[in-house]
Amino acid sequence: MNNKMQNLRDEIILRSGVNPSKCMACGKCSATCPAYNEMEYHPHQFVSMVKSGDIEPLLASDSLYKCLTCFACVDRCPRGVEPAKLVEAVRLAAIRQQGANHLKPDMVPDMLDDDMPQQAIVSAFRKYTK
Amino acid sequence: MKASYFPGCTLKNKATHLDIYARKCADVLGVTLEEIEEWQCCGGVFTTSKDEVATKLSSVRALKEAKAKNQPLITVCSACHNVIKQTNHAMEDTQFADKVNRYMGEDAYDGSATVYHYLEMLRDLVGFDKIKEKVVNPLTGKKIGAYYGCLLLRPNKVMQMDDPENPQIMEDFIRAIGAEPVVYAYRNECCGGYIAMEDPQSAKKKSNRVTECAQIAGAEMIVTACPLCKYNLVKNGSELPVIYFTELLAEALGVKEVSNE
Ligand code: SF4
Ligand code: SF4
Repeated sequence: MNNKMQNLRDEIILRSGVNPSKCMACGKCSATCPAYNEMEYHPHQFVSMVKSGDIEPLLASDSLYKCLTCFACVDRCPRGVEPAKLVEAVRLAAIRQQGANHLKPDMVPDMLDDDMPQQAIVSAFRKYTK
Repeated sequence: MKASYFPGCTLKNKATHLDIYARKCADVLGVTLEEIEEWQCCGGVFTTSKDEVATKLSSVRALKEAKAKNQPLITVCSACHNVIKQTNHAMEDTQFADKVNRYMGEDAYDGSATVYHYLEMLRDLVGFDKIKEKVVNPLTGKKIGAYYGCLLLRPNKVMQMDDPENPQIMEDFIRAIGAEPVVYAYRNECCGGYIAMEDPQSAKKKSNRVTECAQIAGAEMIVTACPLCKYNLVKNGSELPVIYFTELLAEALGVKEVSNE
C-alpha cells in the first residue's frame, strides 16, 4: 500500500467509524444485500478491500451508486461491522473530488415524471453530489 | 397533548394526503400538532459519515425547537423519521455535537429531544385501544399488507421502533382500525426507492418483489408511511392499490370519505 492509499484507508475508517478487522468473512451482508446483482463489488468486498487498502477499484466502481442505503447489511451482520457505512465513506471520497459529482443538475429534468416525489430528488442529490 | 410536528418537503407537495389526514386524525385523537416554524428539508438520506456536519443541520434545528418547547417531535414520512432520529442519535456523541453546535447559535443541542414516528405516537402516546374506541367506520374484512420498507426499522440500534425482522406495529394498527393484516415475506425489505432516478430497472425489480409477494399472500391493498415507497411500488406496476396509513386511519375515524378501493 503506498502512502496515499494508506492515508485514504485511514480516513475512510475514521469517517465511517467501521473497524473492518472485526469482519469474519461470513458473507451474510452480501447474501442479504438487495443490490447484490447490480454491484460489481459486494458489501463484504468493500470490507475486505478497505481493510487491505485496495481502494482504487472501489473508487472507480459503479457499485458506489448501486447501494440502496437500506441498512440491511448493517442490521444483519453478526459482528456489527456495518458495511453500508464503508460504502458511503468510499462514495464520499469519490464524489468529493473536484468535478466528480455523480449527478449533475442538468441531468435531472430528463429523469423526472409527474408523480415523482421531492424526496426522490433531494435524496439523489444527497447521495450523489457534493 | 401538544407535540411538535415536522411535515417535510414531500408532504407539502406530492404527498399532501399523508399530511392532511395526519393532522385531521390527530385532532380527533386529542393531539395538537404544532408545526415546527420554518422547518427545512431533512435531505432525504441520513449521512452516516462522522465528518458530514452541514447535512445534519436542518434536522438539528427541528430537534432543538421541539426540545425548547419540551414537546416530543412527531414525524410522518419514513425518510424524515429515519434522518431526524439518526441525527438525534448522532448528537449524543459530544465530539460530533461540538462540531454541529458551532452552527447552532447560543444554545447547544445535545440529542435529548424525543422523536416519535406518527405510528409510534398512535401506539405509545395515544394507544391502539383508544383508537379502537374512536373508530366509527371499521374497515371490516379488508385484507391489508403492511409495507415497512427499510427506513422505519433500520438501523434498529437507533430506530428502536419494533423488532426489525418481525415487526408488529403496522399490523396492530391495521387491527385497531378493524381490518385484517396480511403478513408477507418482503414487508421489511427495501423497494429500491432511493435508486428510482439512478437505476429505474433495479428499482423495478425490488419493488415488484414486494408487491407480488403481498399479492400472493392475499393482500387487497398495501399500506405505507413513505411517499417514495408509494411512488416506486405504484410506478412499477403494483396491481394492488398503495395507500398511506393516515388515509386509512382517517377513513376509520370518519374524517375522510370512504374510498371504493
Ligand atoms: S445498505 Fe447498500 S450495501 Fe448494505 S444491504 Fe443495503 S444496498 Fe446492500
Ligand atoms: S456480515 Fe459482517 S462479518 Fe459477515 S462478511 Fe459481512 S461484514 Fe463481515
